[in-house]
Parts: sequence; structure tokens; C-alpha cells
Amino acid sequence: MMIQLKGLHKTYKGAQPLHVLKGIDLNIEEGEFVAIMGASGSGKSTLLNILGILDDYDEGEYTLNGTLIKNLSETKSADYRNRMIGFVFQSFNLIPYKDAMENVALPLFYQGVGRSKRNALAMEYLDKVGLRDWAHHLPNEMSGGQKQRVAIARALITQPQIILADEPTGALDSKTTIEVMQLLKELNQQGLTIIVVTHEQDVAEQTKRIIHIVDGQIVGS
Amino acid sequence: MRVSNIVDTFSEIFGSLSRNKLRSLATGFAVACGLFLLIILQGTSNGIIHTFEQASEGFAFDAIHVFPGLTSIPYNGIQDGRRIKLDDSDSEVTLRNFPNELSAAIAQISHTANSASVGKNYLNTVSLQGAEPATQEMEAIQLLEGRFINKIDLAEQRKVIVISDKNRDDLFKHGERAINKQVRIDGIGFTVIGIYKDDGMMSSNDFYAPFTTLQTIYGKGYEIDQLLMKAKNLDTEEKNEAFEEAFRKVMASKHDFDPEDRSALWIWNSASDNADMTKAENILHTAFWILGLLTLLSGVVGVSNIMLISVKERTHEFGIRKAIGAKPIDIIGMVVLESIVITTIFGYIGMVLGVIFCEYMDAYYGSQTMDMGFFQSSVFVDPTVDISTCIQATFVMIIAGALAGFFPASKAARVKPIEALRG
Repeated sequence: MMIQLKGLHKTYKGAQPLHVLKGIDLNIEEGEFVAIMGASGSGKSTLLNILGILDDYDEGEYTLNGTLIKNLSETKSADYRNRMIGFVFQSFNLIPYKDAMENVALPLFYQGVGRSKRNALAMEYLDKVGLRDWAHHLPNEMSGGQKQRVAIARALITQPQIILADEPTGALDSKTTIEVMQLLKELNQQGLTIIVVTHEQDVAEQTKRIIHIVDGQIVGS
Repeated sequence: MRVSNIVDTFSEIFGSLSRNKLRSLATGFAVACGLFLLIILQGTSNGIIHTFEQASEGFAFDAIHVFPGLTSIPYNGIQDGRRIKLDDSDSEVTLRNFPNELSAAIAQISHTANSASVGKNYLNTVSLQGAEPATQEMEAIQLLEGRFINKIDLAEQRKVIVISDKNRDDLFKHGERAINKQVRIDGIGFTVIGIYKDDGMMSSNDFYAPFTTLQTIYGKGYEIDQLLMKAKNLDTEEKNEAFEEAFRKVMASKHDFDPEDRSALWIWNSASDNADMTKAENILHTAFWILGLLTLLSGVVGVSNIMLISVKERTHEFGIRKAIGAKPIDIIGMVVLESIVITTIFGYIGMVLGVIFCEYMDAYYGSQTMDMGFFQSSVFVDPTVDISTCIQATFVMIIAGALAGFFPASKAARVKPIEALRG
């Protein structure tokens, strides 16, 4: 079992406490390709944050590949994020003053991998996403599709257990959307577990399983 | 931060610094200014202190001068306003009374002559000082050539003089040897036996002649102008005051005046003056230190502020870095190092400019003297900083940079990785 959620609750504290996740139970096996769908305010972003160890939860249990993810220190959660999870974001989130290769290599920098080894690996992963020739271009010199492929290479370089993609095609046109989804599918065929959060039906349909969230709870799957 | 990644860390820092050149420059400018001022302040303070030191070189700090005055209190049936006359037995009496406080006491007389001439060269108004062998040490006279007045000169009442190098240059041709030459003082010939170094103080027009010669030639009798004493063991303010009190009593009974009468004798004690001057130097040093530190502090606050803005602007970037695995310590290290790099690079620029400015001050003002007629002094003597000040400043910069970066860094480290998902 890659991901196991048991009775997950999350409330945002404040003047008016907001109960966002109301008891989520979810199992995702290794090698699955899952889409999480839901309207805005449904709690799907919160669920993604928790799955990505970007945010904590109040009740329940989250086990990632056998490791209980709960009440971690900042340093520990940074380490888990670095080694277990690859992020793909809607707005790519590349560092603007670093070229494609440096962006891809950055997660390894935080693992303490030496420069030459890091850069060699980055070139290898850029090659996998078909951007070897673009290695020394800055993000603003690339198209949206290219940037997202750089981001995917960055997500892959640490060989994570899961890929979390938050609206990965949200900022792309239909042609590049197809390219990016094709790439994700290929990665999944190689055995990688991929979770995509999206509100686009046709994107969700390209995955193998769709989970709907309504008002903080999972309905059907 | 890992040691193996130092090079990467620095390339990260230079990457982010060169990305926002204007901001980096603005930050650096404040630091450069701070260090520039710090160095100039240090140089100036050194210049002033060196000036003090140079001015006091020709100055004996254990000399006590006593001048006769007018009584201000009626005493023993005598009206006040009487002039006290010191005579040449006073030196002997004083020395006998205070063997533990004084190592020497000499009587001094002077005579103001209208002119001194050698051939066509002449000086108006010279002051002849009656001297003894002990005068040289007591007035800290530095001989450049020849010898000072000796015992035989005194015994034989020889007409010999010791003149300053400045007066030698006025009276004799350039390069001409003055020793053993005659100088006519109001028509009387004196032989030059020594040349002393002009220290720019008010006494540089003094000619030193044997005490006894002046007594005889100018009919001074036994009355003296001044009693000059050399103190020993008077190392505290209290001891100096106690000595002056006791000395007044001895003189009061000898010359018939009230021991409480402050105006009957004028005592100028350079030992207590010296203590005041050391105190003044210390105050100056401390004041310039505080000024320097405050300047630096304003620079540090400036760096801290701009780093804070920089951190705020880069919130999203820090969010991304944390999302892909940067630990809080990585972020803190990055910001603090960035701050240290800015502070040190621009600090060095300021320091180098400051040192150059100090050297300029040295070259320009260091050679200028301020002439106040009777008193001549250099404005600044060597207003520069030494290498140890520069090394200290380097450490101060690194510490200041670390301090300036720490607060913004801890703010950066608190950025939530969720920030990466926004924007």
C-alpha cells in the first residue's frame, strides 16, 4: 500500500473555524494513476497539501509507503518531501534565475549531492523529458509545455515514491496538455504512483481512477 | 549547510545578488558608507592623539614651575598687594625640605634682549634663559649639536649660549656651522655651544645661557623669575596636592605670607596636567569608538531592513525551495551568508576608500602646520589607521553581516512551503 488515509480530519482555526476535511479514508496502491476531482472549496487542495506533507492534519492517520506521517518537525518533513514526493505545480514554480538544468538539479542540492554528479543526473532527466537541448535556457525563454516538462524532470530526479501534480495542465493549451498527460502516463507505465488534482474532466479521464471530493468527504471512487 | 556544498552555496548567493543589482548596490552603499566613516573616524582620532603626543614630546611631565605673585591676604602686619620675591636660595631650601618629593630644584632667571645678530642677520626680541646643567633634563631639551651649559660655564660665568635650530637657520647661512661662532646680543658677544631642537612650542625663541652669567651681566642680583622643580614619587593627584600644600607652607614662612594665600605663588604642576591630558585622550578615543559603532549599527540596521524586503519579495521562491526539500537551516544559512557577503564586499570597498582618504588627509593636512604666533602646531599628525584596525574591521563586518542577516533569515525560514502553491 503506497498511501493509506484513515479518518483524516482537518480544521482551519480562526475566528470562524473551518472544518475542511471531514473524515477521509483512502487507499492508493503502488503504481496507481489517480485523479482527485472536486469543486473549489471542496477540500481537494487541502488534501493535496496533506498528501504532500506541506500541511499538517488534526485527526486520523496518514501512512506513506509504510511511514506514518504525523507531527513531523520542519526538518524531518523537508527531508521526507525531498526523498518521497515529486511535486508538479500548476504554475510550474521554477526558480526564474536558474537555467533548466540547475532547476532540475536543485532537489539534489538539498540532499548534499555534489555539483558534477547533480548536473549529470539533471541532464539525464532533461533528456527523458526531451529537453536536453534546452538545459541552459532560463524558464522565461521556454514555452509553458517546456516549463512543465522541466518541472516534471525536477520532480523525478530524486526518484520519489509518488508524484503529486496540482492542476498540472491548468496553465497549458490543449495541445501541450496532451503532451504533458502523455508524459505522465508513460511515467505511470514505468511503475510510478501518480496523483493528479484537477477540475478538468478530460484530464481526469486519462487517469485510471477518479476520486470525487464533495464538502470534505469522498463520494464514490 | 554542508561543507561539500560551499561552492554551490556561494554560487547560489551570487546568483540571487546579481539578480537584483540595484537592491544589492543600495544595501552595499549603506555598508560602504558606514565602514568609510568608521575608518575616517579612527584615522581622525589617531591624528588628533598623535598631534597631542607630538606636541607633548618636548615636555617634561614631572616639572613643577613656581612663579612669584602678589599677596592677596594681609599677613603679619603687612598690607596685601605686596610682590613676593623669590631668590636663588629658594631652590636649595626647597630641595632640602622635600628630599622625597623632588629630585631637583633650580632657580631660573630670564632677560629679554632687544636683538641678537650675526653679521647682517638679526632677530628682534630674544629671551635669554638662565640655565643650569639640570635645566636640559627638566625642560626636556633635545640637543641636536654641541653641548648644554655645564658646571664650569656656571662657575666661570662664561658668555656661552645654546640656541634652537630655527634660530640658527635665522642667524646663520644655510649649511654654515654655528658652533663656536659669536652671536651679538645687545652688543655683547656670546659663543654658541649647542643647538637644540625647536619643538614648535612657545619657548623656541629662547637662548639658554649660564644662570650666573645673566645674574652678573644684567644685574639681576639674587632675585629669580621662576623656581623649577623636578618631582619624583608624585604619582597621584592626592600626593601632588599634599606636596603643593606643604611647599606653600615652607615658602610662606620664608617669604612672610599667609600659607592660605593662593596668589602669592603661582604653581604650575605639569604632572597633574599630564593626568588631565591622558584622561582627555581616553575620552576622545571612547567617543570616537562609540561614534564608529553607532555608524556601523545604522549600516547593520540598513542591511537588515533591505534583507527583510528581499526575503519578503522572495517568499514564493523560499516556498518552492522548501517544497522540494530545503530545510529551515538551509534557508537560514543562505540568507545569513548572503548578508555576510554583501556586508563584507561593500564593507571592504568602504574600508579601502576610507584608508585612501586617510592617506590623503595625511599627505595634505599632515604636512600643514597651524601658526598661532607664539605657538605652532601640526593640525594632524599621521591621521591613518593601521593594519590591525583593518583586520578588526573585517571581523566586525562579518559579525555585523551575520547579525543583520539573522532576523530576516529566521523570517525566511518560517515561510510555509504551501506558499509554493500560491501564485
